[in-house]
Amino acid sequence: MNERAMDLPRSAVDQNWPHVLRWGLVCGLVLVSLCLVGMPVELDKRAIIERHLSLGYLFVLLVPIAIGWVSSTLLVLEGVENRRQGLYDLVTGLVVGLIGGGVLSLLMVALDNWNLRDPLVNWSPQLFRFLTYENGMGFGAAAWLCTGALLGLAGAALHVVPSVVRRTTAFVVFGLFFLSVLEAAISDLSEGFGLESLTDWLYAKKGGLTVTSTIVVGLVIGAASMVTRGRVKAATNRYRDMEGAERQKASMILFVVVAVLCIVLPMFLGKIMNELLANVGIFLLLALGLNIVVGLAGLLDLGYVAFFAVGGYTTAVLTSPNSPWFAPELHFGVALVFVVIAAGLTGLLIGAPVIRMRGDYLAIVTLGFGEIIRLLFMSDWLGPYFGGAQGITNIPGVDLGFATVKGTDPRSVFYLVLVFCAIAIYTSWRLQASRLGRAWMAVREDEQVAEAMGINTVNAKLMAFVVGAVLASFSGAVLAAKVGSIFPTSFMILVSIIILVVVIVGGMGNIAGVLVGSFVLIGVLGGPKQPGLLQEFQNYKLLIYGILLVFMMLKRPEGLVPSARRSRELHQDEFLQDAWLQGDKLESEEEEGTVVTATVSTGEVGGAEE
Amino acid sequence: MSEAVPTNGATPLLEFRRVNTHYGAVHILKDVDLAIYPGELVCLLGGNASGKSTTLKTLLGMVTPTSGEVVLDGEVVNDKPTSYRVINGVTMVPENRRLFKRLSVKENLQLGAYLRNDKGGIAEDLERIYELFPRVRERLSQKSGTLSGGEQQMVAIGRALMSRPRVLLMDEPSMGLAPALVQQNFELIQQIHSEGVAIFMVEQNANMALSIADRGWVLQTGRVVLDDTAEALMANPELRASYLGEG
Repeated sequence: MNERAMDLPRSAVDQNWPHVLRWGLVCGLVLVSLCLVGMPVELDKRAIIERHLSLGYLFVLLVPIAIGWVSSTLLVLEGVENRRQGLYDLVTGLVVGLIGGGVLSLLMVALDNWNLRDPLVNWSPQLFRFLTYENGMGFGAAAWLCTGALLGLAGAALHVVPSVVRRTTAFVVFGLFFLSVLEAAISDLSEGFGLESLTDWLYAKKGGLTVTSTIVVGLVIGAASMVTRGRVKAATNRYRDMEGAERQKASMILFVVVAVLCIVLPMFLGKIMNELLANVGIFLLLALGLNIVVGLAGLLDLGYVAFFAVGGYTTAVLTSPNSPWFAPELHFGVALVFVVIAAGLTGLLIGAPVIRMRGDYLAIVTLGFGEIIRLLFMSDWLGPYFGGAQGITNIPGVDLGFATVKGTDPRSVFYLVLVFCAIAIYTSWRLQASRLGRAWMAVREDEQVAEAMGINTVNAKLMAFVVGAVLASFSGAVLAAKVGSIFPTSFMILVSIIILVVVIVGGMGNIAGVLVGSFVLIGVLGGPKQPGLLQEFQNYKLLIYGILLVFMMLKRPEGLVPSARRSRELHQDEFLQDAWLQGDKLESEEEEGTVVTATVSTGEVGGAEE
Repeated sequence: MSEAVPTNGATPLLEFRRVNTHYGAVHILKDVDLAIYPGELVCLLGGNASGKSTTLKTLLGMVTPTSGEVVLDGEVVNDKPTSYRVINGVTMVPENRRLFKRLSVKENLQLGAYLRNDKGGIAEDLERIYELFPRVRERLSQKSGTLSGGEQQMVAIGRALMSRPRVLLMDEPSMGLAPALVQQNFELIQQIHSEGVAIFMVEQNANMALSIADRGWVLQTGRVVLDDTAEALMANPELRASYLGEG
């Protein structure tokens, strides 16, 4: 560690200019690409703070801050206490921001002088007006150079200031951001509780927070973050360290709180929010199923939508009077039995031929199967049975005797989905700790060794396919009852991909992660066809999904919410591993009497061997 | 079989009778005869691509012989799955340990007992393994991939012992270990052997392997070319020339 500290530049004189230049250009490129995909202009319509800050500007302004922060953090080793380099960091951030602003100014000059509208759709006068604040070229360039530099500096400064300040700033900024972005949800909720006056005070008429509310709420969040500092973490740690009965009790309380919230909250929510929650639930159900297949058993299934389709179509055929070939008009509950059977059989059918394949090959073949199923439902050949492109319409809701679950009443759909999700979560949770769950994980880690342990790997993998298929078919059944009609276009390949992103971003093999992933991605950004809370992002949804996926795979492959066990290890790994290596080193030194000059690298935890 | 077999008319625990195996058209094992008796420590020597790993996989049922018989306790088990052999006391410690890296040490050990249903017995064996390897107990909730090479070796052996084996098939147990650990590892193998578990060890480190083994075979391009007591093999000039790095 000492060697490393000595390598670091200690003053601005030793500034690592290639590094600064590189990050400056990265900053500029990100800004220019953001502008050229048209995001700032489109998001400019949405106000964050009335008249003062729009979502479009926020996005552009965040870039230099983020990159200023990253560029000045880069030399910090993961897990090692933050290094403070003071001046070095600040200069890095400042210059990085300056270069970024400079590149953006160049874009402005280009916008002013050439017309590249033909290949670049967003090369528009609106973009120019957006960038120059409608004040002309000179002002725009000067403004961006200054703001870029200042924001870069601010980003780097976040790194230099004490952690209390950093934490509080982050809380205030993100708190206000979410408060503003979740305007629709919060208004809806507070109206449900009869608190319209609160909404009126918080938000301006044309959308966005008012200046007063920004200041007041900002102060409140700041104070709250100061108060809660350390307590949340202490509480979670206490919960993690609990054992036996105490832990059971705490889990029970947590469960009851969540259950009550899930049951009570929707009663106070309006139609739009309940619709959103129901959508989240449908995708959560899919994600939970895929989590078993991909996360636990390690089978990369890209055709998961097939089972969703089978669930939807089976329900449609069995319950709808409009089913073209066979219309027994069963009750949803009865139909569900057949849905499970159909999905299980499809799981076996698709699973059996591909079970011997691994990794990429499995992914490619399942991708094909996913499309085949959709094309079959759409084909003229099966048209007389499943309605072809016209699909099956007039699917009745779920008649419960005292109420009917149907799409026009999203709250009831949410409750129905909630029941299925609860079943799915319980099943996943029990399976994870079961013998079968262990077999899945063993197959995921090393199939050959799993086989050598006596595990029947073929059966284990088939079971994963079947369980995943059944959960997905539940989701399809709910979709059929909710929408009231089923078309092949509801089962595009995109559904598979989005579910996979949800699972990966949330945290593979981890139920809590999948929950968070569904709410964040489906709830906030939106599903393949369903809008999320941020409707402004509609056009950029897939772009964001893609960026998130790449980012997560590179930087945080364990997902947003790594499982409790895993995160504890990740925290301890860096330190313990050092200690062990040191310990082993000492041992072997003693034994052999030689000096082992192993460099201790915190990065290569997994591959450590003597 | 040669006169080196120290039997008193006992049945071999595990046996090859003129076993041939093919990968596609490639003939790997050619008329191989082997016999492992209860409680023995034997080793199989051979260079690269001589068929050592295939021998292990065939013993465990992951590769099916094209002709000849694999015999377990006098019963021909050619058609029996791996699980049948594991239940009946044949277990492998794979090459390079190959732990389930992202699973915890405890989960690795539990997977070793995957086919057993006696909860009490499993708990007992876990305790026994903690006694054998106190360091393993300290690392129970750790991901096994983060352990050091020596610790991984302990877990790999522990995982194999969890199935209560009568014979342990070890694929290159000293590969990838630091020199200091190789010695320690062989002592460990002897210790397990002294508790009555037969050990069939495939090794490149012929010197070390022969120094603890009772008997050994030398495999060359799929054929058994030498079959003798460890002492005789140690003294064999041919073997010394080709495997012990002399001459």
